[in-house]
Amino acid sequence: MLEVVNLQCTRGDRRLFSGVAFQLEPGELLHLHGHNGSGKTTLMRALCGLVTPTQGEIRWKGAPIRRQREEYHAELLYLGHKNGIKDDLTGVENLRAACRLAGTPISEKEAWAVLEKLGLRGHEDLPSRVLSQGQQKRVALARLLVSRAPLWLLDEPFVGLDAAAVELLQSVVRDHVEEGGLVVLTTHQEVALTSGRVKRLRLGWKKDGHV
Amino acid sequence: MFDVFFAILRRDLLLAMRRRTDVFTTLFFFVIVVSLFPLGIGPELNTLRLIAPGVFWVAALLASMLALEKLFLVDYQDGALEQMLLAPQPLSLLVLGKVAAHWLITGLPLVLLSPLLGLQYDLPGETIEVLLLTLLLGTPALSLIGSIGAALTLGLRGGGVLVSLLVLPLYIPVLIFGAGAVEAQASGLGGGGHLFMLGAMGLAALVVAPLATSAALRVSAE
Repeated sequence: MLEVVNLQCTRGDRRLFSGVAFQLEPGELLHLHGHNGSGKTTLMRALCGLVTPTQGEIRWKGAPIRRQREEYHAELLYLGHKNGIKDDLTGVENLRAACRLAGTPISEKEAWAVLEKLGLRGHEDLPSRVLSQGQQKRVALARLLVSRAPLWLLDEPFVGLDAAAVELLQSVVRDHVEEGGLVVLTTHQEVALTSGRVKRLRLGWKKDGHV
Repeated sequence: MFDVFFAILRRDLLLAMRRRTDVFTTLFFFVIVVSLFPLGIGPELNTLRLIAPGVFWVAALLASMLALEKLFLVDYQDGALEQMLLAPQPLSLLVLGKVAAHWLITGLPLVLLSPLLGLQYDLPGETIEVLLLTLLLGTPALSLIGSIGAALTLGLRGGGVLVSLLVLPLYIPVLIFGAGAVEAQASGLGGGGHLFMLGAMGLAALVVAPLATSAALRVSAE
């Protein structure tokens, strides 16, 4: 499904990584490793089409993602370092706005239910700026529970979460992989994911980043 | 397909409701700049009538400029822009939604208030009507053209100054025909021709600006 061929990305004059290649099929999870500055986030952003690679190609269902931007984006969910939630909107409004933008609107009732599931009970109608870091992250992660996109790109999803939330997120990711979804994940913590097939890719440690 | 346009429009209007200061700074800026001239020049009615169109239009230009910097900046900082770039709909529609919201928040109030401010310049009723019409036609064009500059300077240090330098020259045609229409009407020539030109520029901006802004956003967000 997702195919990366000989990918190279540069930042300024510095080459972050080159020759990265992997394939990801439904029911597989790719765990990206690498030290700080090894280009994990850049690779993630390249995978969703936010960064143009200097070399190589990313293909989704056999066609380059550049050629099918809108179709590809409909099947993709990206959560980056920045949560992408608005400070002045409540959790429910943030979730509903994000879903409308992704083309899969949800009702207010559904949004309340999802946020409650994420342990935000009693905080659903507070503006996000009064929530803690971890709670804001939970609001952003709520999108995973309502998403119908097969490909999830999660950049450091566990940062700032407490033990209970980490566990919940792990189970959500596990379920998604078991249902035939694809997940690419970067994380510094070793997280035990007992689902499907787990592939690993280490950036920066050896010259070629083959799986 | 226009769902995403309305989704963004709705979100941005809601945000503006929560944070009203942004609306009022632009509006007060416009009111103060326009009101300074009669105070500075004194009750010289002929002079005031003569300079009114120019003053209104320059003030509208500067007010529009002032509001531009914030157009994409907050979305860029909190990561909402990334999610917009990843939406499964054409980015230009999203941009159009943002610009529409921006105009409703910072452009429309200023247009609606201008007849009242026109009284300070002793403008006759018909001239005020034409002034209102030119601002109504011209300010959306200003927001559209400005969005290109805002997208290009996104994430740059000193972006606010740079955006003025980039965008103000592009505003000149709108200024000439906007102020020109009011002057032509006041001098008895009729402002029709100018208004058509203004409308044409608005339509051209409507077609070109969202595409150019989308391309600029993709580059800036990289």
